[in-house]
Amino acid sequence: MRLPGKGLIAGGKPVTFSFNGQHMMGLEGDTLASALLANGVHLVGRSFKYHRPRGILTAGSEEPNALVIIGRGSHQDPNVRATTQELYEGLSARSQNCWPSVEHDVMAVNDLAAPFLGAGFYYKTFMWPAAFWEKLYEPLIRRAAGLGALSGAADTDAYEKAYAFCDLLVIGSGPAGLMAALTAARAGADVILAEEDSRMGGRLLAEDEEVDGMPAHLWVAEVLEELSAMENVRLMTRTAVTGAYDQGTYGALERVAHHKPRRHSLKDSHLPRECFWRIAAKRAVLAAGAIERPVAFRNNDRPGIMTASAVRAYLNRWGVTPGERVTVFANNDDAHRTARDLAAAGVHVAALIDSRHDAPDSEMFPVIKGAQVCDAGGRKRLESITVRSVAGEEKIQTDCLAMSGGWNPSVHLTCHLNARPTWRRDIAAFVPTPGAVPGMVTAGACNGEFSTAGALREGAKAAEQSLEALGLKATASDLPQAEDDPYRISPLWEVPGKGRAWLDFQNDVTVKDVQQAAGENFRSVEHMKRYTTQGMATDQGKNSNVAALAVLADATGRSIPETGTTTFRPPFVPVSIGAMGAGAAGQGFKPQRFLTSHKASEERGAHQLEVGLWYRAAYFPKAGETNWRQSCDREVTLVRNHVGICDVSTLGKIDIQGPDAGKLLDYVYTNTFSTLKVGRARYGLMLREDGFVMDDGTTARLGEQHYVMTTTTAAAGQVMAHLEYVSQALRPDWDVRIVSVTEQWAQFAVAGPKARALLNALLDDEIDSDSWPFMACGDVAVMGVSGRLFRISFSGEEAYELAVPARYGDALFRELVSRAEGLGGGAYGMEALNVLRIEKGFITHAEINGTVTALDLGMQGMMSQKKDFVGKPMSRREGLMAEDRAQLVGLKPIGAVKQLTAGAHLFNPEEPVERIFDQGYVTSACFSPTLGQSVALAFLSHGRDRIGEKVRLVDHMRGIDALCEVVEPQFYDPEGGRARG
Amino acid sequence: MRFSGWRVLKEGLTGNKGWRPHWRDPEPKREYDVIIIGGGGHGLATAYYLAAEHGITNVAVLERGYIGGGNVGRNTTIVRANYYLPGNSEFYSHSLRLWESLEQDLNYNAMMSQRGMINLFHNDGQRDAIVRRGNAVINQGDDAELLDRDGVRRLAPFLNFDSNRFPIMGGLLQRRAGTARHDAVAWGFARGADTRGVDLIQNCEVTGIDVENGRVTGVQTVRGPIRAKKVALAAAGRSGQVAAMAGLTLPIESHVLQAFVSEGIKPIIDHVITFAEGHLYISQSDKGGLVFGSYLDFYSSYAARGNLPMVEHTMETCMAMVPAVGKARLLRSWGGIMDMTPDGSPIIDHAPIDGLYLNCGWCYGGFKATPGSGNVYAHLIATDRPHGAATGFKLDRFRSGIGLMDEEGTGAQHNLH
Amino acid sequence: MRITCPICGERDRREFTYRGAALPRPAEDADLDAWHAYVNLRENPAGPLDELWHHEMGCGAWLKVRRNTATHEIHEVTLASDAGLGGAA
Repeated sequence: MRLPGKGLIAGGKPVTFSFNGQHMMGLEGDTLASALLANGVHLVGRSFKYHRPRGILTAGSEEPNALVIIGRGSHQDPNVRATTQELYEGLSARSQNCWPSVEHDVMAVNDLAAPFLGAGFYYKTFMWPAAFWEKLYEPLIRRAAGLGALSGAADTDAYEKAYAFCDLLVIGSGPAGLMAALTAARAGADVILAEEDSRMGGRLLAEDEEVDGMPAHLWVAEVLEELSAMENVRLMTRTAVTGAYDQGTYGALERVAHHKPRRHSLKDSHLPRECFWRIAAKRAVLAAGAIERPVAFRNNDRPGIMTASAVRAYLNRWGVTPGERVTVFANNDDAHRTARDLAAAGVHVAALIDSRHDAPDSEMFPVIKGAQVCDAGGRKRLESITVRSVAGEEKIQTDCLAMSGGWNPSVHLTCHLNARPTWRRDIAAFVPTPGAVPGMVTAGACNGEFSTAGALREGAKAAEQSLEALGLKATASDLPQAEDDPYRISPLWEVPGKGRAWLDFQNDVTVKDVQQAAGENFRSVEHMKRYTTQGMATDQGKNSNVAALAVLADATGRSIPETGTTTFRPPFVPVSIGAMGAGAAGQGFKPQRFLTSHKASEERGAHQLEVGLWYRAAYFPKAGETNWRQSCDREVTLVRNHVGICDVSTLGKIDIQGPDAGKLLDYVYTNTFSTLKVGRARYGLMLREDGFVMDDGTTARLGEQHYVMTTTTAAAGQVMAHLEYVSQALRPDWDVRIVSVTEQWAQFAVAGPKARALLNALLDDEIDSDSWPFMACGDVAVMGVSGRLFRISFSGEEAYELAVPARYGDALFRELVSRAEGLGGGAYGMEALNVLRIEKGFITHAEINGTVTALDLGMQGMMSQKKDFVGKPMSRREGLMAEDRAQLVGLKPIGAVKQLTAGAHLFNPEEPVERIFDQGYVTSACFSPTLGQSVALAFLSHGRDRIGEKVRLVDHMRGIDALCEVVEPQFYDPEGGRARG
Repeated sequence: MRFSGWRVLKEGLTGNKGWRPHWRDPEPKREYDVIIIGGGGHGLATAYYLAAEHGITNVAVLERGYIGGGNVGRNTTIVRANYYLPGNSEFYSHSLRLWESLEQDLNYNAMMSQRGMINLFHNDGQRDAIVRRGNAVINQGDDAELLDRDGVRRLAPFLNFDSNRFPIMGGLLQRRAGTARHDAVAWGFARGADTRGVDLIQNCEVTGIDVENGRVTGVQTVRGPIRAKKVALAAAGRSGQVAAMAGLTLPIESHVLQAFVSEGIKPIIDHVITFAEGHLYISQSDKGGLVFGSYLDFYSSYAARGNLPMVEHTMETCMAMVPAVGKARLLRSWGGIMDMTPDGSPIIDHAPIDGLYLNCGWCYGGFKATPGSGNVYAHLIATDRPHGAATGFKLDRFRSGIGLMDEEGTGAQHNLH
Repeated sequence: MRITCPICGERDRREFTYRGAALPRPAEDADLDAWHAYVNLRENPAGPLDELWHHEMGCGAWLKVRRNTATHEIHEVTLASDAGLGGAA
């Protein structure tokens, strides 16, 4: 019920919204929860296991009960806390985890079966018969699983991620946080003040008290006015700091647009839903406040039973009373303020029940001392409570019970780096352990200091400490005046008695469950948590962990500090996967790298393939070609017979210069490069330090002190890092510089018998076989543009790679392809490139798969005996030299042409197809149009000794079983005469 | 006490007062035949199989904290047998078979759910590698099926088929793979071992390993010295430090691997799904939480917690591949300490000290190995001969290079496996 | 996690890649045990460790970082070129 004129949002604009299809009115500034309470709605959701009717317990992000679904389809947002969802025009929310409705939920039958569904019951049953788990039991359990539902459609909302940097991050904007931010900002520090709520002020917005001689919320407004005028201050509302990480890094979630209608104005249309912030802060002040804890008593989960501070917040901030006949149940002085404020606002307070015999009296409402609430009546809405005292039991009619078992400081962030909080007996609560997070100090209620004056004092002090560490000086100023009442509490965790008393509301964990767990020897707090699921609901145990711990301690005869505590893990509040994964949907997942020839390839209808981050043309279909094989075969043939053009710029290119460039290459390659003549290129093999092959490629010597290395596309980054490692860490004494120039050059293979003829039409100076023999390289001019020419071949034909600065790549590719077409050739793609290289037995990372040696590849001859090189000592290990290792061979099918497939395994024809008889596997396979049959490369045990033998190739996955002949791994022109031209 | 549906019914009707401790909390004896250091999944399984299969019951499991508190209680609960290299194939096959009868053997419902796992692939190279793997799995006697794009779509229509940076080309399905309730696995083995006489001793950190004349004689603990004829390590991420107590240096680096769980949502993902691009594995628990993870944080760590870059990477992978979960909220993240070896495969072997045994180096793969590891380790400890399904897990392979099992092909850099 | 590169200053961990313990490379003719220790074996301390990081997305410098593996506290960052890891050439 709304109290006219009461609260900070009084006089606000009316807002219409709907809940479970019913249209209602709220005010601007309402949360969904405050608006529902204003409309007299208490039944909001259902619990997880027993589907108990549930209302609103809290007024913050820790809410375990009032979870709703908002939106539909790709916008459907489950598990939204009604207590933090701000009201907006047209908001439409509905209850979840109930069917057919929250009023009448069929699954509530579970509540009747509760005796059989206690802690860990599922570990003890559903085992017979064994096959029934997947068929019957699990489907039943899964049908009941979960809270809210996703729609199944892709989330199409926009999310963002951002970085922020500051001297001081202040977390929380209650009295401690405001004072800390003000103190630090006045001293000139760069301050970020992050507040989870939509409005700054913390509990000062929820309390009827004065600060600095004025109503607390006015003091808040004054401070905010000063802060917002300062350039060194950034105020971030709706921003929950979610995690503390190493070296002063914090994660934070800003809810940017959740408070706006979906069809918001053009001005707002660019806004993301949420923004996930990475904040690098030199220092931090945690002023996160505290969370009030419920008391466990029978049926303490009924709608209408709320925390005392939440009732007070709804009254003082939102002008709503959750009941017309309110009772309060407490073990501390603080909750008396709820009764006081309600009574002052004219709400009938039926009684305040205080478990302490020395509780303070009041003239405004009856106080029942030394008594406890032991039961609650009413199912979908609280109707009465039963109060037990020395005088016996008494039933009191009430529609709202405000309960308080005391306060738990929000120590969560201080635990994220593994520190455990410290138990303080005087306040019956855990407080942060100093130094828990390097650079962070704690202040106010999260530090166990519950008075407003104390919070202001600690906030200022925390800022001063931080300023000192930053080398800044605080300006002297007086602390504002505020209440400084002592926090008096006498622990009360559970009210003994029959029936079920809830600890973890959402997960339906009761006192009995914890006691049963203890009885079954789940005495460690972690065991109890895992066995009962206590604290694993969406509130992460914020409302219940400490009470459950107290119950466990009692059940096991230990003190609370002896019993220990579970660890708080990030995030502090749940964060959408969309926000933390912002930018990665669809094409944004990884950068896209396009070749200079990309556009021209697209224009020619090329099918593009992802190769690492690159896109490369797979093949260039011609009219009439209906599948890739036809195009591929044609492209292979045009290279073999005429001339083909292929963009090979994705290969890594590393420029290496300096007097010791040759030494470096000798050190990273197994073979020697320092003796290579200027103007010549050489194929090289590179090992990892463990002796296995890392990469291969061609390195050209362009000058006495100048080489350019080519790596495979896949290993370009790895090889660059390796060269930097070797040159910096292992051989810093060598004078050599390396730089990646992959993006700087566009490089095209010109391959085929007519390659030279084609080039000579383009090059300013003609070349011939004498001046440009096989493996020659050097500078050329291409239609007036300086470029480089390498006579190297990955196809086995006379071939060249022509490189020009990347800005000429597009033009050169078009020119080359058009001229090639004039000669009967044309462009060829990755598919043809792959066939051409398999026909020649050239290897790629299909063969260099990280587990092969030079010996396996038949390249032992490239291992220099004369010099040290990376990987040499370990390559000589027994296991790497063993004769029975799988060695590279070729395979040809025997008999009718059959498809050979990569990934197939090899067996001796007479042996069973079982693992223990495995002889090897196929790495690459293709149909060779040149040879008119399928061919494959494979690793075969003792392979080189088995040339001419038969093996059986079996690919269960594709249903292929073929007899093959083992051949040398060069199918075409094994002498290499064509490439030498 | 035997667990059954009837028992649950009977206890329910009589106020659940008859339940007994799942295990005792005994005081350590002065001497045992076998001491197992580490009360995680592997240590508990080892104790169980020593007792159940070899009749060796004078056994203590010494645990620094609480049993099941290490990696067995902090993983993504995936069970599978789809390794392709000899040494690994037969072992994980053996382990999966043990999983399939585990609940009946232990009389404990570990919710072993053979819901099937799909490994997606996105290009020809990945397809060929996955085919090689699938064929190896069949050759080993386990199940694998190659799915094309439509086959994947039928099982998981919510994946990103339309605008994926790395379009889904197909997948490898193993129907017998799935998940299990990780804590229950530890508790089931604990209860099974305890029932057979094994002493499970919690809060008992080992501070030293006693070696006399090249033979192990016992251990020092925070609760005093305990003698033993045989001492078996099962300390996962802490293996290096425990081995150092016996003067050994292992080929292991400890790394942090984070795992994630979302708030409970109604079932949407029915299988375990993994993506090669970006390395994501995701499933949904029977309680409704999405359970998922990605790579290591990549730096050495004993902190059992990670940092934001890998958290964000994991969420980015979700958004790229399963954008339907964008509005599911990450509820908790945590870290486990992985004992990474130079080839990514484990070690189950004699230590070079008589009476001392090693079981370590499980990298990412420890959970699915739990019953298999305990089973073959118990065999080694009991008989001093390796089990037939675990002849490949030799310590010396790193030195000799014989029988390395580098499934990832990334070589001797511990964090790259 | 943030690392202070001696060349670039404090940067986010995302700019760096990790290699592992910073160990000197044995001589080519060192025995297999020495090479095995270098390539495979690790002291793997739960505490301060000298390790190699590469500022791959920054200046390209290889760094020797002294970092506590239990707390992630970073004690010192120097250039790997000054660390003498090349061993006996």
